[in-house]
Amino acid sequence: MTPELHAKPRLAPGCRLSEQNQQRVLLMPERALRLNGPSLSIVERCDGAHTVQEIVADLQRLYSKAEPQKVEKDILGYLALLHDERALDFE
Amino acid sequence: MQAAIPTPLALVAELTHRCPLHCVYCSNPLEMARRDGELSTEDWKRVFRQAGAMGVLQTDLTGGEPLARADLAEIIRGARAAGLYVSLITSGMPLEEQRLEELVAAGLDHLQLSFQGAREDSSVKFGGARPGAYEHKLRVASWVKKHRIGFTLNFVIHRENLDQLEAMIAMTEQIGPGRVEFAHVQYYGWAFSNRDRLLPSREQLDRSLEILKNAEERLRGQIRVEYVVPDYYAKYPKPCMGGWGRKVILVTPVGHALPCHAARVIPGLRFENVQRRSLHEIWEESEAFCKYRGEEWMVEPCKSCDRHTVDFGGCRCQAYLVAGNAQVADPVCSLSPGRHLVDSIVAEANGADSNRHERGVSRVQSEWAYRTNPA
Repeated sequence: MTPELHAKPRLAPGCRLSEQNQQRVLLMPERALRLNGPSLSIVERCDGAHTVQEIVADLQRLYSKAEPQKVEKDILGYLALLHDERALDFE
Repeated sequence: MQAAIPTPLALVAELTHRCPLHCVYCSNPLEMARRDGELSTEDWKRVFRQAGAMGVLQTDLTGGEPLARADLAEIIRGARAAGLYVSLITSGMPLEEQRLEELVAAGLDHLQLSFQGAREDSSVKFGGARPGAYEHKLRVASWVKKHRIGFTLNFVIHRENLDQLEAMIAMTEQIGPGRVEFAHVQYYGWAFSNRDRLLPSREQLDRSLEILKNAEERLRGQIRVEYVVPDYYAKYPKPCMGGWGRKVILVTPVGHALPCHAARVIPGLRFENVQRRSLHEIWEESEAFCKYRGEEWMVEPCKSCDRHTVDFGGCRCQAYLVAGNAQVADPVCSLSPGRHLVDSIVAEANGADSNRHERGVSRVQSEWAYRTNPA
């Protein structure tokens, strides 16, 4: 699936961001993902308030040296992956 | 050179061995912990704090039936206060709606509900449950759905319920959890005692994998479908527990710290107790955790095998249970000198099936050994 730009991603039930020894982790049933850099910036914004479009715009500003189209493509791919892992819902 | 000691990721907390079910494939030991020896609420809170400080991320509250502990909400609060992600692994049997609300309010992150099949009689037949258990579990599922917590359905699958697999998937879709586990029985504890009735035929297995693969693809994005291939049919062993003393630490109801559910079957291993030493010391220094950690202990063919950092020689308990020696390669491995032992068990499971088919009679079956309850 490709996320729609106006959808608002939100962490799925049973998934939450946490911190362990200064390392941010996404905790979910029977697994955990260590998050750094862009992946952390994306997940922090998956709060049901930001649209996909806003997240893309935010990260394009944050990573202004990267090519904007590539940033968008990477974000959409990462959101789709989290969705398929059932870590994310689109509202 | 000795590699650095890894940080465990998960603490399996066996809160009690008491249970309203008597599953024929229960992973608990045949000899269970007595109620009067169980750790106190304060003991568990201390263990969680020690686990959090070690870098453990998650805890699975299991048993027995963890709901048999009246202090479960307090235990959950203790685990959350220690920074852990808290899963409750339950039969759902003693659960009522209000108690679930208390557990969620205490900080429960995720609930895993077990079903013994997709039919009313499955819980009775395979779980030794009272009639009505199946309907109660369905009610529990509907209550869980009202809360914003993680929800997994768990089906243990085996020779005598694999014909219900498609119905289990349909039932899962109807309930709509975020995740479902189809776990082929692993042969330890009570399951080892009942192996001849639980081990599926090759034909059953292949069909089940096809059904599960289809379900996984079809439900992608809705329900995460996970399944485990039974290792008696595998070419290589499973990396049991992600490697001995690498990722998981299990604490029994009376406080013994173990590298896995089954480790008690290995003769001569001495387990230390969290009432006498810290979890950290036990993890790093105790004989039980050090004995099969890393590679030093390995013998051939594991020692020089390319895969020894992939599967860590497989499962020590299985090596002992099937080949009689916990140090040798897991006999399910096709490279193991003990593979013929597994082959003959598998041949029996398949031979019996074809006989049944040809002659139209069922083979003489042993009685189920139902899991008992501790004193």
